[in-house]
Amino acid sequence: MGGKGGFSLWTIDGGAAHDRPMPHDHSDHDHPHSLLPSDPALRVKALETILTQKGLVDPAALDEIIDTYENKIGPKNGAHVVARAWSDPDFKAALLVDADPVLAEMGYYGRQGEHMVVVENTDAVHNMVVCTLCSCYPWPLLGIPPGWYKSDAYRSRAVREPRKVLAEFGVTLPEGQAVRVWDSTAEVRYLVLPQRPEGTDGLDEAALMALVTRDSMIGCGLAARP
Amino acid sequence: MRPEPVFEAPWHAQLFALTVHLNEAGHFAWPDWAERFGATLKRHGLERELNGGDDYFLAWLETLETLLTDTGAAEATALRDMRAAWEAAYLRTPHGAPVTLD
Repeated sequence: MGGKGGFSLWTIDGGAAHDRPMPHDHSDHDHPHSLLPSDPALRVKALETILTQKGLVDPAALDEIIDTYENKIGPKNGAHVVARAWSDPDFKAALLVDADPVLAEMGYYGRQGEHMVVVENTDAVHNMVVCTLCSCYPWPLLGIPPGWYKSDAYRSRAVREPRKVLAEFGVTLPEGQAVRVWDSTAEVRYLVLPQRPEGTDGLDEAALMALVTRDSMIGCGLAARP
Repeated sequence: MRPEPVFEAPWHAQLFALTVHLNEAGHFAWPDWAERFGATLKRHGLERELNGGDDYFLAWLETLETLLTDTGAAEATALRDMRAAWEAAYLRTPHGAPVTLD
């Protein structure tokens, strides 16, 4: 899968002011003016400016949101939940029955995590999560989704041929293990509780956390072995 | 191995934050957003395979622009004029100097 598109963050104006395209690494003196952002970047700036002028948007709040998702929220949160479920049967039971209060108590709630369902992988069933509509994803537990999760390829194929998709992630399941695919919506988001790997008896929560990959909590991977 | 960047381009992050902020301020409900966004992705996806990167956020941008013009929060002509004003500002600002509208 891995569908990361190659594109440039900024385009350099090759039109009116210059009559030839210019490579990105030109030295400063070749630029009589600032680098012109791409068309969508300019459109985003326009939106932000207009909404700020109308008092609908607070630029400081935007910075705060970006900082949160770039630096504070990520798959570590989900890994914490999984490691705890592996270590504490009562916690796991409560998590599987009704995840919301359990996650709220751990502080993992908020935007796009309003209604969480945790699905457990067993020898009998392997769970996998997709959003066929767009890219609904449990932000408080996993952060912002990776590019492949948002790609057309994953969104259409996860439901149609999940075993093939899993194979591309390097996961081959035993024939007897069923695959169940959960389609996220804006109302319900899923977290996969991966199987605890063998050879992890006696590991504490912190050591277990390190084995829980992001992909294993989407169901496109397995937890790592120590 | 370096971790993947959360956002691949600054404008992706800015657009994301703008949308989340407007949702939290009550300008639209998230399920409504998801439905509109899903429809845009579907329309774009019919033409070519979307890669989940720039393509994805272009569809996101189109959805937000349409939503805000539909609700009257921003007028299409005002958006076009403001985009042009920023472009002009970049073109007249010497490289390295802060770019401002006035």
